[in-house]
Amino acid sequence: MRRVYLDNNASTPVLPEVLEAMRPYYAEHFGNASSIHHHGQETRAAVERARESVAKLLGCRPAEVVFTSGGTEADNLAIFGVLNQGLLHPGDHVVSSTIEHHAVLNSCKQLQERGVEVTYVPVDGRCLINPDDVRRALRSNTKLVTIMMANNETGVLQPVDEIGRICADADVFFHTDAVQAASKVPIRVKEIGCDLLSISGHKLHAPQGVGALYVRKGTILEPLFYGGSHERSRRAGTENVPGIVGLGKAAELAMKAFEHGEDGEMAAQRDRLQSAVLGSVESAGVNGDGVPRVPNTTNIYFDYIEGEALVIALDLKGLAVSTGAACSSGAIEPSHVLTAMGLRADRARASLRFSLGKQNTAEDVDFATQLVPASVERLRELSPLYNKAAVST
Amino acid sequence: MSSAKTIAVAMSGGVDSSTVAAMLRAEGYNVVGLTMQLWNQRRLAGRAGMPETVTGRCCSLDDVYDARRVAETIGIPYYVVNHEDRFERDVVRPFVQEYLSGRTPIPCSLCNNHLKFDQLLTVARQIGADAVATGHYARVEFDDSRGRWLLKRPTDRSKDQTYFLFGLTQEQLSRTLFPLGGMNKPDVRELARKHGLALAEKPDSQEICFVPGGDYKNFLDAYLAEQGDSLPETAGELVTTDGRVIGEHGGIHNFTVGQRKGLGVATGSPLYVLQIKGDTRQVVVGDAENLYSQTLLTRRINLISVDDLGEPTRVSVKIRHRHEPAAATIEKTGADEILVTFDQPQRAITPGQAAVFYDGEIVVGGGWIS
Repeated sequence: MRRVYLDNNASTPVLPEVLEAMRPYYAEHFGNASSIHHHGQETRAAVERARESVAKLLGCRPAEVVFTSGGTEADNLAIFGVLNQGLLHPGDHVVSSTIEHHAVLNSCKQLQERGVEVTYVPVDGRCLINPDDVRRALRSNTKLVTIMMANNETGVLQPVDEIGRICADADVFFHTDAVQAASKVPIRVKEIGCDLLSISGHKLHAPQGVGALYVRKGTILEPLFYGGSHERSRRAGTENVPGIVGLGKAAELAMKAFEHGEDGEMAAQRDRLQSAVLGSVESAGVNGDGVPRVPNTTNIYFDYIEGEALVIALDLKGLAVSTGAACSSGAIEPSHVLTAMGLRADRARASLRFSLGKQNTAEDVDFATQLVPASVERLRELSPLYNKAAVST
Repeated sequence: MSSAKTIAVAMSGGVDSSTVAAMLRAEGYNVVGLTMQLWNQRRLAGRAGMPETVTGRCCSLDDVYDARRVAETIGIPYYVVNHEDRFERDVVRPFVQEYLSGRTPIPCSLCNNHLKFDQLLTVARQIGADAVATGHYARVEFDDSRGRWLLKRPTDRSKDQTYFLFGLTQEQLSRTLFPLGGMNKPDVRELARKHGLALAEKPDSQEICFVPGGDYKNFLDAYLAEQGDSLPETAGELVTTDGRVIGEHGGIHNFTVGQRKGLGVATGSPLYVLQIKGDTRQVVVGDAENLYSQTLLTRRINLISVDDLGEPTRVSVKIRHRHEPAAATIEKTGADEILVTFDQPQRAITPGQAAVFYDGEIVVGGGWIS
């Protein structure tokens, strides 16, 4: 059966060039990057080359890049690094948003349990945060603002530049989770004005299990765990050299792709997918329409259906997309992001996320544009709600 | 996907449904494994007398893990579908309400009617499956002479689950498979071993799946507290059959008809709960012989083997899951009401339970005891 994967915001395949770059670092160049001998020097050099590539992707200095095990660790290091450094005390205040990834949301919840107050700024119906809301949320004891750069479910880009200026004016730490933005839109940390920025390898065609945190020079973080003095004592533990090399290579490829305008091509494919689907399905629309989005994502609601059933039906026909958030059992719960946008519960449950990756072809998009309308129609035929609505109109 | 029929198997993570999936797969069907997420066991943990860590059976991560492993072993796609909202609305709330009204509910029948053979059948159709198969011990077959789908007792009478399935409609039965209906449990375990399923020795589950440890009283307290409701006043008087007050009790939901222990009164002869009066919150107690009655009234009827009941009909009737069907005559006494008259008086007929009518091995239908 032909299988098409349009769930790249969940994870991306490692690109062939990335895998090739990583390959020697398993068996051939296996040394511990902290060792003083030849084998160690070899891997140390590879790690530092990768750091330079990631620094270029983010527009920062190599020394400002800390490699982690992924986006979740990067977010945790950013938030608890500031907290544990003694800069954040019970009674202090943190600003976040209602649409963050759980890595940030649950970290904030943990802060609350430790006596820190957290304000979650809302989004509007298009999934956009108003910077003025962030400004208004600031208090004299606000120590940290953590707001994502691009939302994972809608792809909507948040006004992080403006939020960065607000934080700079107020002298508040600003962390942004850029896991869904990195390699999709150019990132210049200086323009954003953030102190901390998280990325994840497997969202940009590097492997799972590697990520990075940009830490602005002069920002002192308390490490999450204790051990050797790796990563300038900010992240103990022997480096995941193959993963780091993969992340470096993926960052390098992402920069080249920007130079070649591939982000624009991806946006065109996404727009084609979106308009083809909307053109052949009634009572459907885009969540996060009319605002800047990353080029690979579109989130579409199909009224009168259960997104869960549609995802299963499509998977059985060979198309992988997603809906909502999987809970620990694997069952789907309505997306907190769509709910925060003010969608009715039934529309939130009727929404699907399509996210493209570099490996996707125009034929993949064709496959989806043919399969999705037919599957939606089938589900609607079985929907008592839809038939009732059809009768009443 | 090939042109073979597609069957959705309701997988609980137990031996029975896992074996069904393996059997159908071996027979060449396109099999899709589905587990219904019905209740979050952690939800009430630590509340009002509930244990901090809950080891209840329903939808536990362990069961989902087991089901997923089986799906992987036999090579079928597998999905967990979320029906928590419907389960709470159609099973949990009525369960709580029944207890508070002095009846003894059976949530499994409600779950079968509203979830497994309704929601799950819908999901199955939506994803392109022709039928749903489950690990229930029962048989379903089409009878040409009657032109109806029949529900029949299984070969392994000790595992008979037809009592919980009396609410199935013709439409539901027409799209349902019970592949274990002709098998004995030991054979099922043997088959599970043969298919290489790691859970072949997993013990059977018995208790109500969402009530950990079977302690429904704690569950009621915890659920009501979570809903922001306190337990309504259910305490009242213990009275004898002639209306004499002989004591007080802590709440009608603590009692079930036929119960002997825990009445908290000492008399010469053992006393049994004969009746629970929801409106006056009185619990009527009396001697063992008063527990027997010859008739019962059922409402919310579902008939399977016949379209309607004409003349009074001779059947055998089962009034609880572990009850040997007893000879009786059933007759229609209202649009949705059937009177059951037993040949011999039956012990502890309990409102809230189902009365299921059998003609030999065929399920005629059933209703809820009122």
